Amino acid sequence: MFPALRMQGRERTALTQPADEMSKSERPNPLFRNLNAKVASIPMILTAMVVFVGGTVWTVLYSFTNSKLLPRLNFVGLDQYYRLWATPRWLISIENLLIYGVISLVFSLVIGFLLAALLDQKIRFEDTFRTIFLYPFALSFIVTGLVWQWLLNPDFGIQHVVRDLGWTSFSFDPLYNSSIVIYGISIAALWQGTGLIMCLMLAGLRGIDEDIWKAARVDGIPMWKTYLFIVIPMMRPVFITTLVIIASGIVKVYDLVVAQTSGGPGIASEVPAKYVYDYMFFAQNLGQGFAASTMMLLSVAIVIVPWAYLEFGRRK
Amino acid sequence: MSMANTTVQTSTAAGARQDVTEPYGPKPRRMFSRRNIFLYGTLIVVALYYLLPLYVMVVTSLKGMPEIRLGNIFSPPLEITFEPWVKAWATACTGLNCDGLSRGFWNSVRITVPSVLLSIAIASVNGYALANWRFKGADTFFVILIVGAFIPYQVMIYPIVIILREIGLYGSLSGLVIVHSIFGMPILTLLFRNYFSSMPEELFRAARVDGAGFWGIFLRIMLPMSLPIFVVAIILQVTGIWNDFLFGVVYTRPDTYPMTVQLNNIVNSVQGVKEYNVNMAATILTGLVPLIVYFISGKLFVRGIAAGAVKG
Amino acid sequence: MRYKLLTAALAATVALQFAGPAAATDLEVTHWWTSGGEAAAVAELAKAFDATGNHWVDGAIAGSGGTARPIMISRITGGDPMGATQFNHGRQAEELVQAGLMRDLTDVATKGKWTEVVRPKSLLDSCTIDGKIYCVPVNIHSWQWLWLSNEAFEKAGVPMPKDWNEFVAAAPALEKAGIIPLAVGGQAWQSSGAFDVLLAAVGGTDTFLKVYKDKDAKFAAGPEVAKVFKAADDARKMAKNTNVQDWNQATNLVITGKAGGQIMGDWAQGEFQVAGKTAGKDYTCLPGLGLNEVIATGGDAFYFPVLKDADKSKAQDVLAETLLDPKTQVAFNLKKGSLPVRGDVDLNAANDCMKKGLAILAKGAVIPWTDQLLSQDSQKQKEDLFAEFFAKPELTVEEAQKRFADLIASAD
Repeated sequence: MFPALRMQGRERTALTQPADEMSKSERPNPLFRNLNAKVASIPMILTAMVVFVGGTVWTVLYSFTNSKLLPRLNFVGLDQYYRLWATPRWLISIENLLIYGVISLVFSLVIGFLLAALLDQKIRFEDTFRTIFLYPFALSFIVTGLVWQWLLNPDFGIQHVVRDLGWTSFSFDPLYNSSIVIYGISIAALWQGTGLIMCLMLAGLRGIDEDIWKAARVDGIPMWKTYLFIVIPMMRPVFITTLVIIASGIVKVYDLVVAQTSGGPGIASEVPAKYVYDYMFFAQNLGQGFAASTMMLLSVAIVIVPWAYLEFGRRK
Repeated sequence: MSMANTTVQTSTAAGARQDVTEPYGPKPRRMFSRRNIFLYGTLIVVALYYLLPLYVMVVTSLKGMPEIRLGNIFSPPLEITFEPWVKAWATACTGLNCDGLSRGFWNSVRITVPSVLLSIAIASVNGYALANWRFKGADTFFVILIVGAFIPYQVMIYPIVIILREIGLYGSLSGLVIVHSIFGMPILTLLFRNYFSSMPEELFRAARVDGAGFWGIFLRIMLPMSLPIFVVAIILQVTGIWNDFLFGVVYTRPDTYPMTVQLNNIVNSVQGVKEYNVNMAATILTGLVPLIVYFISGKLFVRGIAAGAVKG
Repeated sequence: MRYKLLTAALAATVALQFAGPAAATDLEVTHWWTSGGEAAAVAELAKAFDATGNHWVDGAIAGSGGTARPIMISRITGGDPMGATQFNHGRQAEELVQAGLMRDLTDVATKGKWTEVVRPKSLLDSCTIDGKIYCVPVNIHSWQWLWLSNEAFEKAGVPMPKDWNEFVAAAPALEKAGIIPLAVGGQAWQSSGAFDVLLAAVGGTDTFLKVYKDKDAKFAAGPEVAKVFKAADDARKMAKNTNVQDWNQATNLVITGKAGGQIMGDWAQGEFQVAGKTAGKDYTCLPGLGLNEVIATGGDAFYFPVLKDADKSKAQDVLAETLLDPKTQVAFNLKKGSLPVRGDVDLNAANDCMKKGLAILAKGAVIPWTDQLLSQDSQKQKEDLFAEFFAKPELTVEEAQKRFADLIASAD
């Protein structure tokens, strides 16, 4: 039944386009020019409408059903949402995402920027340093998680080694301590991600006009002030791109947690994406998984859509 | 100084810093000035932090299991053995297939190459259309695309299974290539759009006056000028697609599983004692392709990002 | 078909002529058996199937059913099904069957007289939906085992406990000797499984069934179950220093004497075997924790998606028969460490612990397992609760029991 619905949806997308075209042809804007751009944009339009909008609508629709293993249109109202918000694990997931989000955002930006600023001091071996900071980005989260899980394991990782050196009361087991586990996970996330942020920032710094620095020096403005009040505001576009990259990574965080702790100890390091996945596939309760993903989408939409419109919307 | 010089030169390609001879920022000092000690000291300490995991991975992969059990993860191997590497590459088992990562390597190549090409082709045209040929509604689609970048992949698994089933591409390589192109689209389109909007207007206008059309301008004027941003796109996509596990395992069949699936199988195969040395060797082997891409193109990467991300 | 199967070994040439090269059908089989012992067991199945002139294409996906099942389900619903796939028998594949995506094996079952040979009967029941048989059970795995390290108790200077209560009493001595009394891996299913075992052992069979089969929430909030929670509280205190994730790493702690014991299914004995340990001498197994000697009949089964290709469908029938063949059953289960699903096979080669299990099975002291009684959804919620309970001392017994009762009230 719903494959048909789907098809309809797609046809409608395809149909509205030429219709749009027609209405526009009366305007001075030459039709053929737009036509080419539109034809070229068909993959984007299809992706946006069929996959992202279509998939989202589909997800939201089925979040009101009691679909288990297979999607079924058996509506149960808001039941899935009541259950979701009464589930301790979901609440913990949200809290963890917030902590993880703030840490990643702040530290990635700060560390990334500081490293970039250091590299921008006309140093020797810049290429070497940059490669060192960037290489972890080439490794998948699964790999990153695995290595850090190992380093942070109290039985043979850093704690074990330091204790062997004679400091027997030394304790460093962030992945095995419920109250700080989410910070432990962030260590690996920062290790993996800051290199890219540094590159973005470095690129941004290199884009600042030489004369700005000269002028600042002539005026006797200290370097840190120049960075903070002149350079950073000028790097707005690069910060925007960086924010999109970091923030989208934060919302999606999943593999890293699975590889490091599987959400443990207990459920102390659970994150929303993992809740969605576990309930959709592990618990075979699609309805619940969809309800959780709808909440995620909703919160993303509330924050991102207005901002994205301001940022990327009609600008001359 | 040669290194610093090259970077400065490369950065001029981004069109910003034209003046190479005139240094900016603080004046050069003596080698062991306090500033230099602080600067390099910090960089070296940070570099050590970044290198530590790699060091542990390499060292562990060269140790035998008894040594790992007794020892210190940071100590260099007493007896170097390449057996874990051989095992990870050629003989580690998943179920009945005991051919290690080697089986997945070519699959990964076969998945990555077309996916990277297609996704970049689509995203570059998108970016170009958005930057230079804006049509009604284009921005809306773009905003949707950007919001799409925030959707966790897991959420989309089911709808995409259905879409692929409906167009009859489920389980095929082309299906997976399409999926990668779809999920690579948001960020890549953003980068290309930014890059193309940063190109001089006059260039575009002059071409229009000469009668060049949409594709003409794209192929003859934009493309030749876009090497840096294509390098960035290639790096991002090779990394992302090569490292992908979820799509590779859900949207293909076992004979086309990528290397990461084998890695997961090796790492998660529950055996008496975890073979950390084999795991680490497998991990490095799997990461090798993106790592090599990075080492080769590192310089171009920053240059390309400078061009694609900086201008808005 | 049956005839071909029996004569295949004796008259390979005849079979070849009979079946011909055209009948050598490739059948892809997906499963999540990837550990050393498991892979060896699968190899037995593949060998038996290949001997019928067909070809087993192995599609192993590592990382437990949680990773593998979504992939299997996606492939089946995505219209690109495999030839056969493993599930835990019970309710995991229920909806796929209802959606008509799985093959009805009733004909094969009637021919092979499955209803007579498969034991206990409940195994086939969980393959049966609306009177039709949709899966082939291949083994019985039971969870109800306490594995104890003889070395650890010697070191602590306390006698080997004979049941759970003595084990709890010995915990302080073990701790004093620097031994973790109870090893519980960090993954959620392990703590949840341990609780279920305690429920059947400390609470008794009736308690277990009242909670999970009748889903009696009031009872689950009552004093009988409170006793079980008290035991679970002991367990989490005893387990608090286990810093491992995987079950076999926890088993390894017991093998090396770093931990006193572990509550884990019979698959754990494969690990003891691989490590060259002898039951009775190096380790001791207590079925039903020494309190209530029952075993649950969980396990694995193979399902066969509906395929369009007639040759492949025929090969599916052959595979279904092969899986229950007495010889295959023995070879497979010895390697897997599980019990065969046929009562009429000879298991002389079984070790002590396995024989204990067989004896209990012969007595008929069996209970259905949670895979059969609860939906995956309820199972997952239960896992979340006990993962939290074991890892978080601040979660009180009373609070946990209240949440457990709520969960049972809404369970399906």
